[in-house]
Amino acid sequence: MIIALDFVLRLALWIALAPLLPGIINKVKAWVAGRRGPPVLQLYFDLARLWRKGVVLSDLASPAFLAASAVGWVAIAAATTLLPVGPAGASLSFQGDFILLIYCLALARFCTVWAAMETGSAFEGMGSAREVSYAVLAEATLIAAVLALCVQTRSLSLPGMLAPATGAGAILLAGGLFIVLLAENCRVPFDDPNTHLELTMIHEVMVLDHSGPPLAVILHGASMKLLLFALLLTQAVLPTGHLAPAWAGVAIGAGVLAVTVGVGLVESLLARFAFRRVPLLLTMAFLLCLFALLIAWKGGAA
Amino acid sequence: MSASSFVLLGNGASLPWSTIPEWPVASFIRETSAQLERGGRLCSFFGVKDGAAVRLVAIVAFDADNLLAAGRSEPVDDRFPSLTLLHPQAHLFEREIWEQFGLIPEGHPWLKPVRRGAGTAPANGEFFRVDGPEIHEVAVGPIHAGIIEPGHFRFQCDGEEVIHLEIALGYQHRGVERALAGGPHRATLAQIETASGDATIAHATAHAMLMESLGGVEAPLQAQWIRALALELERLANHTGDIGALANDVAFLPTSSACGKIRGDFLNLTALLCGNRFGRGLVRPGGCHYDLDTERTSTLLARLKSSLADVEQAAAWFWDAASVRSRFESVGTVSAQQAAEIGLVGPAARACGLVRDVRYDHPAGWHRLAQAPVAVWPSGDVFARARVRSLEIQRSGAFLVDQLAATPGGAIHEAPPPPAPDTLAVALTEGWRGEVCHVALTDAAGRFRRYKIVDPSFHNWMGLALALRGQAISDFPICNKSFNLSYCGFDL
Repeated sequence: MIIALDFVLRLALWIALAPLLPGIINKVKAWVAGRRGPPVLQLYFDLARLWRKGVVLSDLASPAFLAASAVGWVAIAAATTLLPVGPAGASLSFQGDFILLIYCLALARFCTVWAAMETGSAFEGMGSAREVSYAVLAEATLIAAVLALCVQTRSLSLPGMLAPATGAGAILLAGGLFIVLLAENCRVPFDDPNTHLELTMIHEVMVLDHSGPPLAVILHGASMKLLLFALLLTQAVLPTGHLAPAWAGVAIGAGVLAVTVGVGLVESLLARFAFRRVPLLLTMAFLLCLFALLIAWKGGAA
Repeated sequence: MSASSFVLLGNGASLPWSTIPEWPVASFIRETSAQLERGGRLCSFFGVKDGAAVRLVAIVAFDADNLLAAGRSEPVDDRFPSLTLLHPQAHLFEREIWEQFGLIPEGHPWLKPVRRGAGTAPANGEFFRVDGPEIHEVAVGPIHAGIIEPGHFRFQCDGEEVIHLEIALGYQHRGVERALAGGPHRATLAQIETASGDATIAHATAHAMLMESLGGVEAPLQAQWIRALALELERLANHTGDIGALANDVAFLPTSSACGKIRGDFLNLTALLCGNRFGRGLVRPGGCHYDLDTERTSTLLARLKSSLADVEQAAAWFWDAASVRSRFESVGTVSAQQAAEIGLVGPAARACGLVRDVRYDHPAGWHRLAQAPVAVWPSGDVFARARVRSLEIQRSGAFLVDQLAATPGGAIHEAPPPPAPDTLAVALTEGWRGEVCHVALTDAAGRFRRYKIVDPSFHNWMGLALALRGQAISDFPICNKSFNLSYCGFDL
C-alpha cells in the first residue's frame, strides 16, 4: 500500500512540476530579448485550455491517431518512474533498467511519428522523416553516455549508475548530454519551438493535426521528457552522493534550473542550424560521449 | 538607333499617343526583341483596347543611358508570336495579356493564368510536375501559418531537395487596373496608395509624377524633397523589418526582437511627416499634402539618428554571429545571368551584382539633385540579399541625414492642370522592393484609357522560384523572406 502510494505521489510530482521548465526557458528568452514574456506558468494555462477544447480529426486518420498520443504519454511517464531523483531514488529499479528507459523514450517517439503519418499530410511526413533521421544519431549518443556511466560505476542499474566521478569524463559527458537534450527536446539549434514555418519544423510539424486534449497530452509529455533529460544530465555529472539528502535535493534542483536556463540562453543567442549541419553536431555529441566512455574504461586503469 | 526604332523618353515624361511608333505585331515583337538585345530591360508590356482589337505596348528601359523607350503594335485580334522564347523576362507579361485580352502568345512555353484560375478559385490550374518514385509534392498555402498574404506554393521535392517550385498567386486580385480606368476620380489616390500598401510612397509618387507629366507641370521643389525623404523612410522601415524577419526565421532572437521595435520607430517617423505610419495621404498630384517645418525637421533628425544607431547595433549582432552567416551563405543563389534574363529589379537584382536602381539609372524629382550610392553585392544568395538591405539602411540613413540639413523651402503644392488628351506617360520610382512602374494612357477627354501598374514583385517572384532550385525545402522560408515580395502588388 505504501509502495503504491509512494509510486503515485512520485508520478504526481513529475506530472505537476514538468510544465514549469518550458515556462522558465521562455522567461529566460524574454529577459534576454528585453521583453516581459509570458508567465512562467503559461504552459499550465495552455494545458487547461486545451483540455477543455474539442478534437478535430482528419478523415484519413484511424483510431490509432488518438491512441498514439496516449501511448506516447504513458511511455514517457513510465520512463520517469525509472529515473532516480537523488537521495529519493526511483520508483522502480532493476538490473538493466536504463535500457528500458531508452526504449520507453523510443516508443514515445514511435507513437508521435505514427500519429503524424496517420494524417497523410506532406508536411507531417517530412517532419517524421527528419525526426527519425536525427533520432538515429541522438539515440546512439544517449546509449554511449549511459554506457560510459555503466563502465564508470560498474553498475547496471540507474540508481547505482548516477554516482558520477568528477574530471574530464564528466565534462565530456555534460557536453554530449546537453546536445542530446537540445536535439531530443526540439530546441534551438536543432528545431525552433516558436516557429510558424511548417517547412522548417521537425517536432512541431508532426503534431500540427492534433488538437484539444490529445495536443495537451503531447505538450505535457514533451515537458516531462525535458525534465527527464535535465535530471539525467544533472545527475550524470553532479556528484551529490556525499551530501545530506536535503542538500543533495537542493543541489539537483539547482542543477536542473541551471540546465533550463542554459537552454534558454542557447536559444537566445544562437541561430538555428541548417538541417544539413545537424548530423555534424549530433556526431560531435556522440564523440564526446564516446571519449567519456573511453576515459571511464581506460582512465581508471591508467 | 534607327529611325524606325522605339521612341525615347525620360522617366516621368509623356508623349502624344500618335507619336509612338507602331508596327504590325510580328515586326513589333521583333523590334522589342531587338531593343532588349541592345541592353534594354522590359519595364512594362501590356495590351490596350482599340475598338474590338488590342494594341500591345512595350516600355523598355536603357539603364546605362538613363532613357526609356516606348513602342506599340497595330491592333491585333487573336495571336502574336511570343517574345518569351527569346527573352524570358516577358513570360509573365504575355501570360497577363493572354489572361486579360485572350491574345495567344504563340510558342509561350508555360501559358497559364496569372491571377485567375481554371475555375472560380484563383490560380489553381495545372502545375508543373516531376514524376519518379522518390519524388513527392508539397503544397503550401494559400492560407499560411503566419500573418501574411495568401499565395500558393507547389514544390516538387526529392527528399529534402527542391527540384522545382511553382508559385500561384491571384488570391488578392482586386481589379485595381480596371478600377483606375476612366479616372482620375475620387478613389484613384486611395487605389494607388493601396496597390501595395507597404510601398505607398513609391506608388503614390509614381502616380503623382504621371499626373504632373500629363498636366505638363512639375511638383514644387519642396514637395519633391519631401517625397524623396518619405521614400527613404519607407525603405528604412521595410528593410529593417526584413532583417528582423530573416533573423526570426533562423531563430536568432536578439536581432529579431530589436528590429521589430526599430521598424516601428521608422514608421513613426513617417507618421511625424504626415500623420500616417505608411505615408497615406502625403503624396498628391502636384506636390505633397503636408509640409515639414523646421521644428519637426529637427525632431525627425534627432529621432532618425537614434533609430539608425539602434538598427546599426541590431545588424551588427546579426552579421557577427557565425551561426547566422552560415545559414545565409550559398543558400538560394540566383546568378547574375539568370537575374538579367528574368528581369529582376530592386535589392534582389542588386544582390546578384546587377547595378539596377531607378534613383540612379532614371533619376527624377529630387534624385536629380541628390543621390545615395547604389548598394550592390555579387553573390546572389540570401546573404547577399540581406547584405544589400543592410547597406541600403546605412546609405538611406546617411542620405536622409544629409538632405535634412537644408530644406529647399517654398510651396508644397500647386494643383496640376487636367491631363492632356491622348497622351502616354511613364513614371518609374525605386520603391524599397525595386522598380515601381506606372504607365497611363489618356483618352480624348483626358481620362485614363489604360492605367498599367507594374509592382517590382511582378518581376521578382520568378527569382524566388529559381532561387529554390536544388535547395533544401527547409530553407524556403529564409529564401522567401530574403525576397519579401508583395502578393497584393502582384495581384492588383
